[in-house]
Amino acid sequence: MDIKDIIKPENKVYAKTPILTDAVMHYCPGCTHGVVHKLIAEVIEEMGIQDKAIGISPVGCAVLAYNYIDIDWEQSAHGRAPALATATKRLNPDKYVFTYQGDGDLASIGTAEVMHACNRGENIVIIFINNAIYGMTGGQMAPTTLLGQVTATTPYGRDAKLNGYPMKITELLAQLEGTCYVTRQSAHNPAAVRKAKKAIRKAFENSMMEKGTSFVEIVGTCNSGWKLTPVKANKWMEENMFPFYPLGDMKDR
Amino acid sequence: MAEKILMKGNEAIAHGAIRCGADGYFGYPITPQSEVMETLMEEKPWETTGMVVLQAESETSSINMVYGGASTGKKVMTSSSSLGISLMAEGLSYLAGAELPCVVVNVMRGGPGLGTIQPSQADYFQAVKGGGHGDYKMIVLAPASAQDMYDFVGKGFDLAFKYRNPVMILSDGVIGQMMEKVELGEMKPRRTSEEVAQQCPWALTGKHSGRNRNIITSLALDPNVQEKTNQRLQAKYAEIEKNEVICQTYRTEDAEHLFVAYGSMSRICEAVVDQAREAGYKVGLLRPVTLYPYPTANIQALVPQLKSIMAVEMSAGQMVEDVRLAVEGKVPVNFYGRMGGMIPSPDDIFEAFVKSINK
Repeated sequence: MDIKDIIKPENKVYAKTPILTDAVMHYCPGCTHGVVHKLIAEVIEEMGIQDKAIGISPVGCAVLAYNYIDIDWEQSAHGRAPALATATKRLNPDKYVFTYQGDGDLASIGTAEVMHACNRGENIVIIFINNAIYGMTGGQMAPTTLLGQVTATTPYGRDAKLNGYPMKITELLAQLEGTCYVTRQSAHNPAAVRKAKKAIRKAFENSMMEKGTSFVEIVGTCNSGWKLTPVKANKWMEENMFPFYPLGDMKDR
Repeated sequence: MAEKILMKGNEAIAHGAIRCGADGYFGYPITPQSEVMETLMEEKPWETTGMVVLQAESETSSINMVYGGASTGKKVMTSSSSLGISLMAEGLSYLAGAELPCVVVNVMRGGPGLGTIQPSQADYFQAVKGGGHGDYKMIVLAPASAQDMYDFVGKGFDLAFKYRNPVMILSDGVIGQMMEKVELGEMKPRRTSEEVAQQCPWALTGKHSGRNRNIITSLALDPNVQEKTNQRLQAKYAEIEKNEVICQTYRTEDAEHLFVAYGSMSRICEAVVDQAREAGYKVGLLRPVTLYPYPTANIQALVPQLKSIMAVEMSAGQMVEDVRLAVEGKVPVNFYGRMGGMIPSPDDIFEAFVKSINK
């Protein structure tokens, strides 16, 4: 059989959303960012909101998110994305405004901005990728790094006495009156990817209902930073990250 | 006859914002400029013009809210004082790097550090020479009255959008707190979404089939690209220097001695000029209204008739460096200043002037 006989519309089972650009991603093979980018792009396509979505990229590996999702983008200073999103949404209430931030950006240098945006109940979406490490700068300790985890700045493992404890920022944000939807997801297998996409879609829908801030954490892998193969990184995440960062909804109202 | 109302300089900023059609104000309380946000909250412009007013959790957040709002082509602003502006330095550099228009008001107080809440002009370097990182410039306007405070908000937005560049209104505690009559201008409507999309094709108004996606960023990992960005910025600054210098002169026609002073100090020096003239000294005043671009050529034009220049500032001597650069050693440039929140009296300045020409 000729290949041309197979490539027919009726045989199509999957197509890349056109909202995802054709730019070659700079992410390492095995990284969670690519999957989550695709999910956001698919949600934007399915909701038909390409002309109404404004994304805000962080400082960190995802700084170049604007190269991959075909919508209008702002690139933020380190940790400040929720402040940008606050003004963007308040001045443009008809837009779907979301930030995309990593753990160093959101849970360390940007703690004040995310805390207060959530506490004000800004009608925005915050996508939080937690891979327990600073990826872009070369694998240093993040606020979410687990106790005992080896990083470039915790070469003997994270020690609570020296480095403090891993921060459960999502649990903190769930306590705030301003958040309406707070969930922790992952993207390490097909079932998890489908659940994560549902969560992202719900968060985007919430942002037009004046319910407050929707916060979606996605526990992800950084196999380069963790110095593990993609498969081993997934296994390490399941065995070490999930017990400390349990998946599921913390708040949905 | 237009409406004239007695108000503080800080209140004039708030009214100037509402009446020039500003879309948003984001601020954090700090003395001596808190009346800006207080007045806006009292006026409730969100019920009339639709202007957004929001108290942020910090100056860092205020300036980044400005970045977010400006990205969508909106007329947004913030105000603060000295140490608050230091916290905004990162954001100002990002705004300049991403070429975003905005207005930032600094009602200066004495430093360094927590300093004092009394007036000062010690942030000239920070405003004019940088403050944040990288090769960037802000257009800097120096108001000398409550009326200027009102007028410069609208003027600031015009310049900011003309050049896609942050504009700073560099005021001080005297101008911010002083009550004067202010003539309120016509109410200018806020721009519609269609006007923003048309006038700011770079703004984030939503990607549609008619255009490529817009990206607001100051990032260029490739140094070849980053250098080109810098060259474009420098070319823009050269345009600004060519077109936008504003300065005022007072009794300079036959002056042999010149005061150079801006903001509140120019008001005091005007009185000193009259005082010195009565005492027989041929003295004039040059007041830079734009501190960047600096009126270098205007000072140079006066040099041939001058025997001396005295810069007067509420600082240890900051603007005086730009006077010296302009004069290139052709006449003596003296300096008189008070620091840390002290305001010189006309007599103090006159005495320093007489001493400087008789030394």
